[in-house]
Amino acid sequence: MAVTTRTATFREAVNEALVQEMERDPTVVLMGEDVAGGADVEGFEEKGAWGGVLGVTTGLVERFGRGRVLDTPISESGYIGAAGGAAATGLRPVAELMFVDFFGVCLDQIYNQAAKLRYMFGGAAKVPMTVRTMIGAGFRAAGQHSGCHYSVFTHFPGLKTVVPSTPADAKGLLAASIRDDDPVVFFEHKLLYDTEGELPEGDYVVELGTADIKREGDTVTVVAIGRMVQMALEAAQALAAEGFEIEVVDPRTLSPLDTDTILASVRKTGRLVVVDEDNPRCSMATDIAATVAHEAFDHLDAPPQLVTAPHTPVPFSPVLEDFYVPTPERVAAAVRATL
Amino acid sequence: MELTKDKALWMYERMVLVRTFEERVSKLFADGEIPGFVHLYAGEEAVAVGVCAHLDHADFITSTHRGHGHCIAKGVDVKRMMAELFGRVDGLCRGKGGSMHVADVSMGMLGANGIVGGGPPLACGAALTAKTLGTQQVAACFFGDGAAEQGTTHEGMNLAAIWNLPVVFVCENNQFAESTPVTYHCAAGDIAERAASYNIPGVTVDGFDLLAMYEAAGAAVERARAGEGPSLIEAKTWRYFGHFEGDQVTYRTAEQSADYRERDPIKRFADQIVSRDLAVPGDLETIQRSAETEIEEALEYARSSPMPQPEDCLTDVYVSYPAAKLAASA
Repeated sequence: MAVTTRTATFREAVNEALVQEMERDPTVVLMGEDVAGGADVEGFEEKGAWGGVLGVTTGLVERFGRGRVLDTPISESGYIGAAGGAAATGLRPVAELMFVDFFGVCLDQIYNQAAKLRYMFGGAAKVPMTVRTMIGAGFRAAGQHSGCHYSVFTHFPGLKTVVPSTPADAKGLLAASIRDDDPVVFFEHKLLYDTEGELPEGDYVVELGTADIKREGDTVTVVAIGRMVQMALEAAQALAAEGFEIEVVDPRTLSPLDTDTILASVRKTGRLVVVDEDNPRCSMATDIAATVAHEAFDHLDAPPQLVTAPHTPVPFSPVLEDFYVPTPERVAAAVRATL
Repeated sequence: MELTKDKALWMYERMVLVRTFEERVSKLFADGEIPGFVHLYAGEEAVAVGVCAHLDHADFITSTHRGHGHCIAKGVDVKRMMAELFGRVDGLCRGKGGSMHVADVSMGMLGANGIVGGGPPLACGAALTAKTLGTQQVAACFFGDGAAEQGTTHEGMNLAAIWNLPVVFVCENNQFAESTPVTYHCAAGDIAERAASYNIPGVTVDGFDLLAMYEAAGAAVERARAGEGPSLIEAKTWRYFGHFEGDQVTYRTAEQSADYRERDPIKRFADQIVSRDLAVPGDLETIQRSAETEIEEALEYARSSPMPQPEDCLTDVYVSYPAAKLAASA
């Protein structure tokens, strides 16, 4: 059956997934700072003031009420921990960590509590919680509002990590994350919210742990994460003009990582470039390169190339920040270095 | 608050069972039969029992690293508890948690917790589930005076207050955060005074007096169940053993400990219920003997339970995940 689509933004896609999951399952509740906004302000009993700091959760409190769309105090440990406790006892909460950089004030409740409860209890608990969080440089938001840090969460057993790059993936992966019985951290790049794509209508789920080939090619495998998929696709156009067809692989889920798709592509092309906006040490880039070196060394015709952010915090000044973020030009140069 | 004979005997039996369990575990640890870290609850029995006397199986509790007493008060099976301390497959956590993470979610016991202050947000979550689903369940959150200084405890109490959640916060002030006394680590006088900051009721109770605990907890649980929101109870108490087994307890005097032993909560409650004609000495002796038998049976069960297979390390991490991705790199 053909899937009906419409052109929509990444922001609308996230919103639509939340609406659909809250409609299909009354145990799905949303909590976070200003997810509705205006709590306790006269006139805002049945409506939100903000609908999230960037408007992603607009309209949800109007539809589902303040009992299921919970504004929180600025107490990330408190409410993200509460989401874990609620998940272990029968709800399916979606907690919003406004910027991933704030994980420093609540990580214990994510990695020591939610992520480990099932294991420490010998499988007697499940924690179906989703933490949505905003990532990425490009907003001139400086050192504490611009990081990616998904590699940190991918390191922890018990968590699943998801980084969508298109509106369709955002919708399908968020639906899958909310329905998943394990805790999932769902990373939304703030520069993607206004990007448009074809969005499947109705119920749409993308299975976690499945990569997607965003552009087929046979010269070089370029694994790109989140917003870096755009950089890779732009580089692919420039390289195609030079006669090189690169294959752009979007892992979409980092834990579990679909290594089969990545390895199959490398076995076809013999070359690997990883594009990762996260800091470079102990990163997805090094992890994917190590996996490919270990599993497909005999298929490699050149050393893998890594295109990453530098080992620095994200700087403020536009000149500095633009230097920080990988560009299509850097991706193309890395591809050429493998040829 | 009226105390029935059945309830009085149940509470006495639970306290005696906790004490017997802990004294036995202390010896087993010293003998090298129990691995890891063990933190014993003896001395604090009246707190867990006085609170859990008002809860049923469907209610929730969050616990601490000193969690054996909370488990037993909540009605968790002591055989499977002991097997867990021994790291055996029949343990409550199949040997993956041990003393510090012993849990029985089916009994609403959401786990001992190795992180001081780990529990209050989880208790808020359990209470949010109860409130959202309209189940009338209550969450009791046990934490120590050490945890009173954690941000999570403050965040949890504030969150429970603004969301009007059915949580009973129970601070077990045993007067030492590990080796550091509450007089040093706490800027306030009574920890219960902090309740005023969250606009919730706060009371300080003699944690060696089960009747006082029972009264205070009854009021707090009733308030939570009626949808009137959280409360804070601070129980002044004392642990008979060290912070952990192996602690030489150099930071307290023998006189202090002897003084508390003199006022032992179990003996005190025994005197109270005998004088109120809720029990006769024979009842108490029967309970003591039966607790000893139950612990010996638990020990037998734990010792005879098999060890896990080494490869069991790789299970129970996720509900669903590709198994091959959990193994160590070769």
